Amino acid sequence: MKKLLASTALIASLSLPAMAQETLDPNATPGGNITVTYKDDVATLDPAIGYDWQNWSMIKSLFDGLMDYEPGTTTLRPGLAESYEVSEDGLTFTFALRPGVVFHNGREMTAEDVKYSLDRVTLPETASPGAGFFAAIAGYDAMASGEATTLEGVTVVDPLTVQITLSRPDATFLHVMALNFASVVPQEAVEEAAGDFGRMPVGTGAFKLADWTVGQSLLFEKNADYWRAGLPYLDTVTFEVGQEPIVALLRLQNGEVDVPGDGIPPAKFQEVMADPEQAARVVEGGQLQTGYITLNVTAAPFDQVEVRQAVNMAINKDRIVQLINGRAVPANQPLPPSMPGYTADYDGYAYDVEAAKALLAEAGLADGFETELYVMNTDPNPRIAQAIQQDLAAIGVTASIQSLAQANVIEAGGAGTAPMIWSGGMAWIADFPDPSNFFGPILGCAGAEEGGWNWSKFCNAEIDAAATAADSMIDPATPERLAMWSDVYMKVMEEAPWVPVFNEQRYTMKSARMGGDDALYVDPVSIPVNYDYVYVTE
Amino acid sequence: MAAYLIRRLFQSALILLGVSFITFLLLYVLPADPVRQIAGRSATPQNIASIRAQLGLDQPFFVQYGRYLWALLQGDMGRSYLQRTDVASLIWARLPASLLLMVAGIGAELVIGLTMGVVAALWRGRTIDNGLMMTSFVTVSAPQFVVALLLLYVFAVQLGWFPIGGYGTPAHLVLPALTLGILGSGWYARMMRSSMVEVLRADFVRTARAKGLTRGRVILRHALPNAILPVIAMIGIDIGIFMGGIVVVESVFGWPGIGQLAWQAIQRVDIPIIMGVTLVSACAIVIGNLLADLVAPLIDPRIRIR
Repeated sequence: MKKLLASTALIASLSLPAMAQETLDPNATPGGNITVTYKDDVATLDPAIGYDWQNWSMIKSLFDGLMDYEPGTTTLRPGLAESYEVSEDGLTFTFALRPGVVFHNGREMTAEDVKYSLDRVTLPETASPGAGFFAAIAGYDAMASGEATTLEGVTVVDPLTVQITLSRPDATFLHVMALNFASVVPQEAVEEAAGDFGRMPVGTGAFKLADWTVGQSLLFEKNADYWRAGLPYLDTVTFEVGQEPIVALLRLQNGEVDVPGDGIPPAKFQEVMADPEQAARVVEGGQLQTGYITLNVTAAPFDQVEVRQAVNMAINKDRIVQLINGRAVPANQPLPPSMPGYTADYDGYAYDVEAAKALLAEAGLADGFETELYVMNTDPNPRIAQAIQQDLAAIGVTASIQSLAQANVIEAGGAGTAPMIWSGGMAWIADFPDPSNFFGPILGCAGAEEGGWNWSKFCNAEIDAAATAADSMIDPATPERLAMWSDVYMKVMEEAPWVPVFNEQRYTMKSARMGGDDALYVDPVSIPVNYDYVYVTE
Repeated sequence: MAAYLIRRLFQSALILLGVSFITFLLLYVLPADPVRQIAGRSATPQNIASIRAQLGLDQPFFVQYGRYLWALLQGDMGRSYLQRTDVASLIWARLPASLLLMVAGIGAELVIGLTMGVVAALWRGRTIDNGLMMTSFVTVSAPQFVVALLLLYVFAVQLGWFPIGGYGTPAHLVLPALTLGILGSGWYARMMRSSMVEVLRADFVRTARAKGLTRGRVILRHALPNAILPVIAMIGIDIGIFMGGIVVVESVFGWPGIGQLAWQAIQRVDIPIIMGVTLVSACAIVIGNLLADLVAPLIDPRIRIR
C-alpha cells in the first residue's frame, strides 16, 4: 500500500539519506561570543508556546524538528528525520530518524519523543498557539475536544521510525513539521520542569541555555555534541533584553552590540544610510509579509464590490511607502513577491482618483460616505492611517481614525465591528513559505467566524473550495498547485475585500566583526537571525 | 500607637481590596480578549473555547474575581497567560532593580528639588528665583524619553563616563537616577519653595532671628524641618509611582524593573501580571504613605499619632 513517491524531483531529493556532515563555510572560524539585543523580554523558550519576534529564532537554535530549511532560504530539508517516504495518496508520511542524536540532557532521541512532542503540542492543556497547524493529523479533533490524550495518527514503528497519518491530504504538512511547534522535546525534562519548561528548555539544538537572568539577559552555549558536525561556529550568544532599539543602535555604534534584534529604528534610518561606513553593514531582506487594509464586506457600504474596488483605486501606495522611508515595496495582491504562487503579471488596481469616483457613483454613492478606520496606536501606523484618510477624502469618503492598542484592534476586527482596519503592527507574516498560509485564517471562511483573523469577514464558498482543492495536492511545489493558488488570490482581488498596500522589507545591521552570508541576518524562516551559522571574524 | 497601626493596616487592606476589585473589573470589561492572545492566529473556535474554559474565563465576573482573591489570600498570584510562569516569581525577580532605582531616583529628586526650592525661597522674587522656577517648569513638562536619551547620549556615548544602559554596578545607576531626579525635581522644588516662603514669614522665625541666631542656623534648624513636612507626604506617593510606572526610563536604560514587565503585560492583556503589578504598586503607595505619616511626628513633634 505504501509506495515511495519518487515522481517529483522535490520529494525524491529529500528522501535520499542526508548527510549529517554539513557544508561548512570555508571562511568561518569557530569560537567567540556575540551580543544580540531585543526590546521585549523573552516570554518563554518552550517550543510549543513561543510565538514572538524575539523567541522564535532562539527556539530554532535550541530545538530541532523532523524537517528544517536550508539556512537563509525557504528550501525545505530534512532535520531530525534523515529521510522520509510519502504514500501515494499523500496521507501517510514515514520518517526515518537520524540515529545517535542526543538531547542536551545526554539521552538519545527516539521515535517515542517525536510522538510525545506532537501529543503535547496538540493537547488542550498545553494551550499552544500552534495547535491548529496540526489539524490534518488523524485524531486531531479527538485531541482538541479532550476525548483522546494521544494522537491516533502518530505511530511509533520502531525506535528510529515514526509514521504520521493524515485525515486529509495537506500539501503544507512538511512545512508544518518544520515549525517550532513541531520541535522534539524530551518527556522527562518537561515533567521535571513542572510547568516551567519554558524557563528550562532541553532540546537537540545547536545551542543550549546556560543562564537566564529574568528581565535582563540570556546566555546560549554551544552544544558540543550537536548532530550537524562543525556547527554552530559561535561558542556563546548573549541576548540582552529590555533595550530600546535606538539605544541598541548607539551601543552597536560603540562596539558593544553585534546585532540589534529589532533592526534599525525608523527615526535613525536615514542617518545610518547616509554614513557609508554604517550603510555597508546594513542588511536588507524581503520578508513574507503584506500590509493591507481590510474592508468589512458584511456591512454597508463595503458590501458592494464597486465600493471596495473604488477604495483600492483611491489609495496612493507610493506615498505611504515614502512615509516609512521607502522601507517597503507597494503591493497589489495578498501574497508577497517572494512567496511561491505570487502572480507576477498582475497589475492590480492602479491609483486613479477619477476612476474611483466613477465607481462610487455607479454604486450610488456619488456624494461619498462616512466610515471608521481602525489602526494600532504605535508609530508609524497612525501616520499611515492619516495618509489613507486623506486619500479617501479625495474621493469624498470621510473616515474617522480609531487609534487603539493592538489587543483592542484585534478584538474589533474579530468581532466584525470595524469597517476598515489598517493591518500595520498586526500584519500577516507567513508562518511558513507556502501560499496557503495567506488564505485560511485571513481570507477564508474559517477565519471569518466571530473572533477570527479574517477582519474583512470575507467568505466566498467557491474560492474556499478552490483553496481546499489546491491544498489537497500532495506535492506543495508543483506548478499546477501554485497556479491554482495564484487563481485563488486573483479571484480574491476581483472581490477586493482587502486593499494590499505594501510588502515591508526588513533592515537590520551587524557589527564589523560579524561573518557569514548576509541572508543569515534576514533569514526568512529563522526570524530574525540564524544564530547557528553566523560567526565572528576576529 | 499600636491601635493606630492596627487601624491603619486595616484601612490599607480595604484599600488594596478596592484596588484589586476595580482593576479586575476594568480588565473584565476591556474590549480585548486575552484568550485570542494566547491561542494565536491559527486557532480554531474549539481551541479558543478550550483555553477559555481552562483559564476559567468563561465564568461570570464574580466567580472569576472570587477565585482570584481566594488564591491571592493563599499567596498565589497566579500564572502569567503568555509566559506561563508564576507571576510572583516574575515580580520578585524584578523587585530589587525597581527598589534600587526607586531609592536612588527619590534621592536625586530630593537633592535637586529641595536645593532648588530652598534657594528660590531665600531669594524670593529675584532673578535666581524666577530662573529656578522656570527651570522646574521645564523639567516637569519635559518628555521622559527625550531627557533620558539626551543624558545617555551626552554622558555615556559622547563622554563615555557611564555605561550605555544596563544594570549591575553603581555606575549603571547614575544616569537613570539622574534622569528621574531631573524630571521629578520640579514638583519638589515648587512645593519646597512655597512651603519655605510660608515658614520664613512665621513668627517663630522672626523670633529666632531677633534673639540673635545667625541666618544659616535659623534656616537649617528652624525653617527647614517645618517646611519639609509636605515633602514627606509627597515621597510617600512617589514610592508608589516608582514601583511600576517608570516604563520609559527603564526601557531607555535597559533597567530590568517592574515597569517594563507591566508595560508588556498590558500590551498583551496578560491579566495575572497586570493584576500582580497593580497590587504591588498599590501596596507600595499604601506603605509609602504609612511611612510618611509615621515619620512626620519625628520631624515635627507637634504632630501626634492618634
